[in-house]
Amino acid sequence: MSVRNHPGDGGVSRRGFLGFSAAAGATVLLGSACGAGGVGGGAGNGTGKIRALFMKQAGYSESDIRKMTAAFQKANPKIQVDVELVAYEALHDKIVAAAPAHTYDVVLIDVIWPAEFGSKRIVTDVTGKVSGGIRNGMLPGALATAEYRDHYYGLPWILDTKYLFYNKAHLRKAGVDAASLDTWDGVRAAAKQIKSKGVVDTPLAWSWKQVEALVCDYTQLLGAYGGAFLTPDGKSAAFQTGGGLDALTFMRGTIDDGLTNKGSITWIEDDVLKTFSQGQASFMLNWTYGYAGANDPKASKVAGDVGVLRTPAGPGGKRPGVNGSMALCVSGGSRNQAAAWTYITYLTGAPVQDQYATSSLPCWHASYDDPEVAKANPKIVPIAKEQLADLIARPQVPRYNEMSQVLQAQLQRCLAQGADPAAVLKSAADQAKRILA
Amino acid sequence: MRASLGYRIFVHAMAAVVAVIILAPLAWLVYASLVPRVELLALPYHWWPRHWTAQRYADIFAAGGDVAGTFRYALVNSLIVACVTVVIALCVAVLGGYAYARLRFPLRRATLTLFLTTYMLPPITLVIPLYLTLSQFGLLDSKTGLIIMYCSLATPFALWTMSNFLSSLPAELEDAARVDGCSRLGALVRVILPLARPGIVATGLFAFLLCWDEFLYALVFTSTANAKTIPVAIAEFTGRNAVDFGLIAAGGVLATIPPVVIGVAFQRYLLGGLASGAVKG
Amino acid sequence: MAASRDRRGQAWLALALLAPAAVVVFGVVLYPALRALWISFFDVDSPMPGAYPFTGIGNYRDVLTDPLVWTAAGHTVYFTLVSTAAELVLGVLLALLMNAPLRARWLLRAIVIVPWALPTIVNGAMWTGLLNSQYGPVNALLTQLHVTSHYISFLGSPFLALNLVIVADVWKNTSLVAFFLLAGLQTIPHGLYEAARVDGAGPVRAFFSITLPLLRPTIAIVLVLRTMEAFKVFDIIYVMTGGGPASGTQTVTFLTYLKAFSDQRFGYGSAMAYLIVVVILVLSTIYLRLLRQSDMGAAA
Repeated sequence: MSVRNHPGDGGVSRRGFLGFSAAAGATVLLGSACGAGGVGGGAGNGTGKIRALFMKQAGYSESDIRKMTAAFQKANPKIQVDVELVAYEALHDKIVAAAPAHTYDVVLIDVIWPAEFGSKRIVTDVTGKVSGGIRNGMLPGALATAEYRDHYYGLPWILDTKYLFYNKAHLRKAGVDAASLDTWDGVRAAAKQIKSKGVVDTPLAWSWKQVEALVCDYTQLLGAYGGAFLTPDGKSAAFQTGGGLDALTFMRGTIDDGLTNKGSITWIEDDVLKTFSQGQASFMLNWTYGYAGANDPKASKVAGDVGVLRTPAGPGGKRPGVNGSMALCVSGGSRNQAAAWTYITYLTGAPVQDQYATSSLPCWHASYDDPEVAKANPKIVPIAKEQLADLIARPQVPRYNEMSQVLQAQLQRCLAQGADPAAVLKSAADQAKRILA
Repeated sequence: MRASLGYRIFVHAMAAVVAVIILAPLAWLVYASLVPRVELLALPYHWWPRHWTAQRYADIFAAGGDVAGTFRYALVNSLIVACVTVVIALCVAVLGGYAYARLRFPLRRATLTLFLTTYMLPPITLVIPLYLTLSQFGLLDSKTGLIIMYCSLATPFALWTMSNFLSSLPAELEDAARVDGCSRLGALVRVILPLARPGIVATGLFAFLLCWDEFLYALVFTSTANAKTIPVAIAEFTGRNAVDFGLIAAGGVLATIPPVVIGVAFQRYLLGGLASGAVKG
Repeated sequence: MAASRDRRGQAWLALALLAPAAVVVFGVVLYPALRALWISFFDVDSPMPGAYPFTGIGNYRDVLTDPLVWTAAGHTVYFTLVSTAAELVLGVLLALLMNAPLRARWLLRAIVIVPWALPTIVNGAMWTGLLNSQYGPVNALLTQLHVTSHYISFLGSPFLALNLVIVADVWKNTSLVAFFLLAGLQTIPHGLYEAARVDGAGPVRAFFSITLPLLRPTIAIVLVLRTMEAFKVFDIIYVMTGGGPASGTQTVTFLTYLKAFSDQRFGYGSAMAYLIVVVILVLSTIYLRLLRQSDMGAAA
């Protein structure tokens, strides 16, 4: 979430279908060492030991998770939960490596993985278990976190999107009205004004390193400019024209105008927050944690001057936020899937989420009208209530990681090396077509 | 034999230059570990900080901390894993290295190449089958599992370097010992090994630091304070929400101390062998 | 008759002496290595056991026709050649220095161990911090000395970033080379130098006629070791650049990681791994030939 260091690159051509590749049903069984590995999960009897894999960054803290788990075990004495935490960067690979070995019963997954993990049965399809209460009670954007092709592969737990943060003092000095930040054009005009008044040399800071963070920023802009990643049939790319192209043209334009800090192409969200917190940038697009971070007097010079808004709108008035949520899933290899599901429904339930709202905003509609929740984060909650109802997803395709690597590489060719936006997106779209096929 | 004054001044000056090149980045690492987060980001740059803080070191050693708590365990795990690996790798490498250095047998070169080839495979491609195997033997998240992995990494090179160092010793020494009634192994242990000390120490240091540094296997195969090693613990300092580089720096500074202490303790054995004059020309 | 019995005796002894090493290495590596080789002929796209289509050399063909692989291979070869050359030259000089008559020689050796002891992931973070475009001391120093007029995004341009990753790698790994060569220096009998001195050879000639030739086996070892490790470079790239900017620091092992893990194209990734082995084998053989190590085992 906050630190998305999923390294990436590379336009990869999906392997061309070789004549003999599919020939004659030549297949082989790749068994494990002693033939005992494999999917082979089971429901179990709903009690006993389960192991859950979480991540260390963002959202709920380690002590939050341990407290929730302790409370769960108190309520369900027949289930014993072992909690493990890894860094976000290691989460995907750990889930993949552990999948054939039945190590974990519950895994936390990022919003970009349900298609991949679901189609490979690394996580289980729980569509039948998602009750009407959940379907109606949870925010649609949240539910979509673990959804792929109308099937649910888990329940959302950490809900997040990117907001626009601005430095009130900079705006004052440059004579910019915060109301003008309602659109990206307004943001660009404000940045020009700030730059020309000499308040900050490069008012914009972004997380445009060649990792997933870049795609998150791009997604949000693509949404604002009314673009789409895929054609309606899902078989080819649609970002190379229209909103997708406008978004990249906008990004490149802010570099050409000297408004974007050049360091942006080496930064992830945390670097952006540091730059903003030092008063070196007037605007940043960042996750919810950016608000607390920039307002922490111990870490920030701009504490008290931080404004937060919904993400700005494009010319058509659209302003979806990128879906940056995470979901809890029952792993395909779990032999105790019933108990795992009990644990997941407990953690994702409204009472627990409301209780820990200061750590991470709840996934439930009703929570946002709960005064206790609003009190936890009074500045963010009213904005979040609107923003979280309007989210845009990155492409939900099984080979998303490959597609993202292609996009990252091509976007960076434009942002770091000045290549033509239309040309790089065309190249990315050509490669994406093979990945989607 | 006494070196000229000019030469001695020259080598001391060079040593000073080397020390600066090595220590300057490290000095900054120490600085970053002792300066509050905000000041690390100060502009213009604070060459001398207004405030110092030892809080990160305190956090690292505080029990049950949210972020840094596992570091102490990781330090112990790393030491155990590295030491046991060094002992095992050196033992098998001395025996095997002797065979390559002194014996003639079929497929000698081919087998050595085969050993080295295992080191050429990117570990990333072996991770999944290894995970499954470790899981089946109940060795996931255990120091034993890591030791077994690291021995397989360190041994091929240890084997080659030991064969090199052993074969650089004159065979006459060993022959003399055997004429005196020693068995082959007796001669190896009593005559050859003491002379091969520099090679053994360098190889041991190599094996130790290989374990100390290894990241991928440790990341995938360990998950709790039971077996997590230092690089994994430090990687997790990225912590909640924000990366505090100072914490990573503090972990890095602490991580260098044990190998340096061990290195200093053993460095005098790097001298010796033939150069100390055991054998004349 | 006696000779052949001795031969056989030596072969059995060698087998006995090599058995422990073989168990330790192949006991662990053999199964996964063979499995990876097997997988490289199939279109395996999941870690789960199951039936996957046989593709023959399809994966190998895909790897070799992928322009990305060739770009990454270019970066890798550049990284490998430059970093090993730098480490070797600096390592020889450093080894000579550590062997020179210095006061507090132990102190120099202690200092030289430190970069080697610093975990790679911290080394990468350290250099990223030093070179930071906003708060890094290198930028502060260069502008304060008026070498540069404004802060530079060092890791923001592809070729510069690749070279700076090499700097970070050389800074750390020269120590390893130096320590092996220092140990190698100890195997050179002092008498040779004395004889050379009597013959009127200066220190430079002694270095080229005695030290370097006798160090050759050790040089061969560190050269091959560093080549293998440089060719497989992963951690420092992961930490410093993530392969960026604009894929400018993407190496073959990094690409293998992306393919095999992020993308779960295990067949393709395994094929790449074995192609990497072939390249390293070829490179190592060339080095050993160049160093005239016709017999890899005995001398080297």
